[in-house]
Order: sequence, then C-alpha cells, then structure tokens
Amino acid sequence: MTDSAGAPPLTQPLQDLLARFEAGEPFALARSISLVEDQAEGFESLLHALHDRLGRARRLGITGPPGAGKSTLTSALARLLRDAGETVGIIAVDPSSPFTGGALLGDRVRMDELATEPGIFIRSMASRGSHGGLSATTREAADLMDAFGFDRIILETVGVGQSELEIASQADTTVVVLVPESGDGIQAMKAGLMEVADLFVVNKADRPGADRLKKEIGIVNSLRTGGPQASVPAHHGVDLSRKSRPTPPPEPIEAWDPPVLMSVASSGEGLPELAAEVDRHHAWLRATGSLQSRRAAAAAEHARIVLERAVTRRGAEAWRAWIEEVGDDAGLAGRSPYETARILTARICRDAQ
Amino acid sequence: MNDKKIRVLVAKPGLDGHDRGAKVIAAALRDAGMEVIYTGLHQTPEKIAATALQEDVDVVALSVLSGAHMTLFPRVVDLLQESGMTDVLVTGGGIIPAEDAETLQAKGVGRLFGPGTATTDAVEYIRAWFTDRGVGRSTE
Repeated sequence: MTDSAGAPPLTQPLQDLLARFEAGEPFALARSISLVEDQAEGFESLLHALHDRLGRARRLGITGPPGAGKSTLTSALARLLRDAGETVGIIAVDPSSPFTGGALLGDRVRMDELATEPGIFIRSMASRGSHGGLSATTREAADLMDAFGFDRIILETVGVGQSELEIASQADTTVVVLVPESGDGIQAMKAGLMEVADLFVVNKADRPGADRLKKEIGIVNSLRTGGPQASVPAHHGVDLSRKSRPTPPPEPIEAWDPPVLMSVASSGEGLPELAAEVDRHHAWLRATGSLQSRRAAAAAEHARIVLERAVTRRGAEAWRAWIEEVGDDAGLAGRSPYETARILTARICRDAQ
Repeated sequence: MNDKKIRVLVAKPGLDGHDRGAKVIAAALRDAGMEVIYTGLHQTPEKIAATALQEDVDVVALSVLSGAHMTLFPRVVDLLQESGMTDVLVTGGGIIPAEDAETLQAKGVGRLFGPGTATTDAVEYIRAWFTDRGVGRSTE
C-alpha cells in the first residue's frame, strides 16, 4: 500500500511525531533527526510527508581544515544572525572512528553561549563512515530543520583536506575558512577546497601571515576563474592587450568572484562583513538564477542518493537471502561472481515489481 | 539499514574546573562505539537539558566534583522531565557519598560512579541499560 507518490504510509507513532513536529515542538525535531540519522523504519516516509515544506531556509556551508576555527566562526555568525532577528539551525559534523564507530562530538564547546538561546537549534552529527565531510543523512537533517521553519541553516563540516567537498552540493553558499598557517597548503588545495568556495575567510587574522595568505588565495583564485590579475605583471612586461585581438563578447551575467575576508572569530571581528558578503552572494544567486539551478542540481543529486540507498538496501537483502540459501561458499564456488550478481539482480528486479 | 548508535551527553555542571574525569569517560564511551557529545566546563542545568533535548541523547552523564551533586542532579532530572525527555538515563560520577547516591537514585538518577571506577564498568552499565530498554529511541 503506497500513496500516489510511492512512499509507504506513516505508522501511527510517526503520525503522532509529525503532528508534534508541525506544532513546532523542538523535541519532535530532535527525535525526527535521530530517526533519519539512524535510518530507522519509516524515516523516508516522514521526510516525504514534510517535503512540501522545504525550500524556505537559506543554507550556508562552513568548511576548512581542522583547527581553522569553523565552530567558533559558526557560533559567532549564528549569534549575529540571531540578533538580527533570524532563527538559525546548526548542524556540526565531526568524524566517527573508522575502528570503533564511536565519535567525540565537541563542536558545542565553542557554541556554548547559544545552548539556551530560543530560536537557535544545534545538532551534532557523527560522520558515520561517510567521506565527503558530512554524514550520509546530513542533507536530510538539514531538510528537517528547513521544514521546521528555520530561516538559516549552517552546516559545519568535519575538518577537511582536498577531497571532502560534499558541502558544495548542499549549501547555497559555501564559506572556506583558512588560517595564516594554511599558507603552505594553498598550492595543494587549489584543486579541491579552493574550487568550492563562494567566500574565503582568513580566520585568526591577528596572527602573522594573514595578509600574505589573503594575497595567495587571491592569486590562486584568479588563476582558477581566469579573472584579471591586477597584482601580477605580464611576462617580461609584454603588452597582451593588442588592438588586433578580437574582443570577447561581454558576459551576459557577471561572474561571481569569491571575495577573501579577514576575521578573528573569537572576538567577532570581521563577522558583520562576512554576514554582509553572504547576503551579497545570495542576492547574486537570486539575480542570476543560480540559486534555482543550484538547488535543482542539489535536488537531483539527492534523488540519486535516495535511489542508490534503496538499491543498496535491496541488494543487501538479496545477498543475505542468497547466503542463507547456499549455506556456505560451496554454493558460490561453481559460479563466477558475474553470474551470481546477474541472478541476484534478476531477483531484485522481480521482487521490486 | 537501521544504524542505531548510543548517544551520550557528557557534561560538567557547576563551578569546579576539574574536567579530567569527564574527558576520560567521554573518550572511553567513544572507544566503546558510542557517540559522545562533550560540552565543556561550567554547564548550567538549563544548558544541559537544552543540549540533551536538541541532541536527542539516550544518556546524560554528569561529572560533579564540587559537592553540589544534591542540587545539580535533581535539577537536571527535573528539567529533562519538564521538556518531555522522560526516557533519558541520568548518570554520572564524582565525589558522591553512598547515602547521597541512594537519595539521588530515589529521585530518578541512575547509578553514580566514584573515584577508581574502571571505565569498562561505566561502559557496561550504559550498554546494559540500553539493552534492557529495548532497541533504543522509540517514536512513542
């Protein structure tokens, strides 16, 4: 029995939870996030039931290497937004141990003053084996916060290197936080972290090297975007702007050039400027239609992930049944892995009918 | 696909600044495969209750070395009850005389651990409580 959109109906306990969620009870939000995070029975039906309420919140991603001050910056920014009257949901992701599955989630230490603030809801999530800098269900936890009615959602990733860049496909605006000590790593980072930034923040800017880092980011960034490099003279001073060159057609939409900001998150310095630049980026997204296209791409990606999850689940079920059926590996021995997979794929398709 | 993890809030209420014990316990619970939310020093009961709610934890573990346990533990239990968190285990440790522990247990606090406790005891206690209660967070 499924409804028109193909999700099984909610069980009674989930219907009750949904009613409390819609009534705005924080407990119901917290419990819903747990169910989603645990991928408990019926969690996709719950998300399906709330789907029409999505799309109002602005999603901001905060990422950067370990120790860059992401939590402190997140906390300070949330404070600022809250003081301006906005409600803020925060999801802070920390890594799970690949060995024990346990995790120490310590981001709240830096968000202490927000703990009892009405209008702010903080949730710590462990990465639970995901390698993209977020956990597998972070997007859906953010969806729940969106459905609950928060104006802003801040997603804080684990401390990242070059490859944990999932945040960029989930946030409207991605902020990459670096510190003066990150300078040496910039060259290495340009292939990964540097590409996802809509804004750069050089945090702990009261330390030596901040100005140099800002300049380096600017150079790496303009290499990437192909923007003008005012600070870099042409090679041997050759004038490349010859009149005979065909002038490129004017770009229909002005491209976004990621600004580099300075902050000292612990004292709040540079935070109003950051908030203003986040707003400016959002206005740019709206003006250019990028917001719509980004969110459409995110929605497609989400659907693909949900499909993959369903297929994986069915695959695991088929596999368990198969192992039970053949007893030990003697039953597998006579077949090639390809044959086994073909038989099981056929079964999965048949069972899905 | 159900991927249930035990979530524990390790909090240090009150004014004393001795957080070694809390950190040792937090690390032991993490190493036992639990997800531990650690919030740092000087937590008020109100902060602890709000955090427990937002994080939807199964267990609140308090470390109290200041002698204020007779105030702090019941206050946290009351606040959790008020916010509808009726299925949360409140446990903890510190310098807590046996008779005080008994009084607190009568008020709904779980087992309390004193100095010299093996971390495995705390881990086992939480695991057993969790198993007894069933598969974990229900939706009821």
